[in-house]
Amino acid sequence: MALKTEEMILNMGPQHPSTHGVLRLELQLEGEIISNVIPHIGYLHRCFEKHAEAMTYPQVIPYTDRMDYLAAMYNEFGYVLAVERLMGIEVPERVEYIRVIMGELQRIASHLVALGTYGADIGAFTPFLYCFRDREKILHLFEITCGARLLYNYIWIGGVSQDLHPDFIRLTRDFIKEFRPNIKELNDLLSYNQIFIDRTANVAALSKETAINYGITGPNLRASGVKWDLRKNDSYSIYDRFDYEIPVGSGERGKTGDCWDRYIIRVREMEESLKIIEQAIEQIPGGDVTSAIPKRVKPPAGQIYTRVENPRGELGYFIISDGSLNPYRIKVRAPSFVNLSVMGELCKGWMVADVVAILGSIDIVLGEIDR
Amino acid sequence: MIYDWLTEFTGSEIIAAFIQGWLPLLFFILPFVLVAVLAERKVSAHMQDRLGPMRVGYHGILQTIADLIKLLQKEDIIASANDKKLFNFAPVLVFVGSYAAFAAIPFSGAFIGSQIELGLLYIVAVTGLVVAGILMAGWASNNKYSLLGAMRAAAQIISYEIPTLLIILTVIMITGTVNLYTLSEMQTSYFWNWMIFGGPEFGLQKFLLIPLMMMGFLVIFISMLAEVNRTPFDIPEAESELVSGFHTEYSGMKFAMFFLAEYANMFAVSAIIAVLFFGGFQSPFGYLGNSLGWEWLVPFEQFFWFTVKGLFFIFVQMWLRWTLPRFRVDQLMAFCWKYMIPFAFVILIIAGLITVL
Repeated sequence: MALKTEEMILNMGPQHPSTHGVLRLELQLEGEIISNVIPHIGYLHRCFEKHAEAMTYPQVIPYTDRMDYLAAMYNEFGYVLAVERLMGIEVPERVEYIRVIMGELQRIASHLVALGTYGADIGAFTPFLYCFRDREKILHLFEITCGARLLYNYIWIGGVSQDLHPDFIRLTRDFIKEFRPNIKELNDLLSYNQIFIDRTANVAALSKETAINYGITGPNLRASGVKWDLRKNDSYSIYDRFDYEIPVGSGERGKTGDCWDRYIIRVREMEESLKIIEQAIEQIPGGDVTSAIPKRVKPPAGQIYTRVENPRGELGYFIISDGSLNPYRIKVRAPSFVNLSVMGELCKGWMVADVVAILGSIDIVLGEIDR
Repeated sequence: MIYDWLTEFTGSEIIAAFIQGWLPLLFFILPFVLVAVLAERKVSAHMQDRLGPMRVGYHGILQTIADLIKLLQKEDIIASANDKKLFNFAPVLVFVGSYAAFAAIPFSGAFIGSQIELGLLYIVAVTGLVVAGILMAGWASNNKYSLLGAMRAAAQIISYEIPTLLIILTVIMITGTVNLYTLSEMQTSYFWNWMIFGGPEFGLQKFLLIPLMMMGFLVIFISMLAEVNRTPFDIPEAESELVSGFHTEYSGMKFAMFFLAEYANMFAVSAIIAVLFFGGFQSPFGYLGNSLGWEWLVPFEQFFWFTVKGLFFIFVQMWLRWTLPRFRVDQLMAFCWKYMIPFAFVILIIAGLITVL
């Protein structure tokens, strides 16, 4: 006689230590094996897009900060780029360099959070604090530049709010010098730890086709072996002036596109970002940073879609202008939102402990998903 | 020694035995746990570039006491869907299970709760109670996370008891005793008499036993880590997956009992390893008391050495905890059944052959 078994429904979140915010996952379990995952989102919904319609263009910038609060600099970057293209503003050379430096520092800071919390999800708590120690130095660089550590409102339409601190270049050089050995330390402590590899390699491999079909972007797509980075493929700002690589997942420790690949891609991207910053602080010209800021931001009627490579993937802004001071409509293509959609597909057949590993490897920020 | 004195003082053997049984609990375990909790926080903090508790007392030395007072004052929450009897009884069982083990542990030649002839078996049996308590806690909580945690804990502890017992059996086979006191006394004088260096008897047997005992030590240390649910085997309370496993629903003093039991367990494990492989309370190089002719000093020295050995292994456990990630539950079981148990059997068989020859 076959034993009668029943599916168990386990509610994970919104108050669970590893859902990275207020995500709620409904897990259908056969014992500890997952048969289905249903993500429930919207706990952080703040009507950003609707709200923006009542704001003038510069007033929207602080709201973009609050979407992906771990990569606020890059959200501003994308939005500002869209408005500038709509208005046809040329920004000074120095501003472009500052934006790239800030963007790449932000990418490192964001990846550090992703890697650290991923370690904590797998059960290693120490790398988490090591990552936050390094992130703290980046936040300090931001703080001396614009006074804020998390939500900056630094990149403005046509320029940046203020010039770099006189010490900024020196401190950034120091940071790069200190940070390189720390990446190696992180690799020794976590990335190449056998238990960590056992937990993440071969787990929930995302194939190239599935990734593209779901519209996955950013490190998650590159981990699956697709060399797609908007900084190279659809270059914006001055990214074409620097020499850097796009790391791609190759299934070093397991299958291509498994959790370990998604993890290690971020470690390697940090190294590449360091290269960009190094070159940028060598080349940065002098000049004024506020000269191109328009007195009144009033783009001509029309629409534009601009995309940038956010630490989490393709961040797109679709702006419709009716020629007034307020945008008629802003729609954001949030990378985390799209990346989360593959969760159900990835989790099937894995265990409860793997859900945490998979969710951590996708690296979502709920502020951006719910907006 | 203490027992004789107590019998004389109280005039009754039963009262003397009772008091003696309580001695380690009162004078060692309770203060020890307070220190261990603080030590864990300090060790982890310094490994992670932090300072740890700094506010209560000098460098936070009174932090644990403050925490305990806080826990005592907290509301004892029992949800309406809990099985009240089991829910209340589970922490007691876990607490008793892990503390009762200390009765048989020889802290020094003169300081043993109870000199049970079957000391090792008693400890193994009594700590088995913990599993029942954990299962009870998980079931009575009526919470899916707790239940998952409890089931994992039960499976894990029972599985890892097998390699532990096999290695204990190896030591018993070589030494021919299950009395922890006798076992410690055997490994006297110098550190090359410790079991990890092949035991007190010299000759070919000793040299054959040295590598075997070292491997046995590794096996028993790993499986005992799993038995007390420490990283990398802290799956039952895997914070990032199961919130905190079987004690998710507990609050106040009941939570504290689980917490204290965990630290008591850590020391029990270290103590057993110290007795089995590292000479128990024996000094590695003779006693100051003996050479000075102060006989009364020897038991104190022995106590010192035992504590040092115990604390060392606790430090190693903490070190591992703050360095390693954690296994997945199926990998953990596979590791036990595919590697640890066959390996332990091989050690047992080879040790058997060596002792027979």
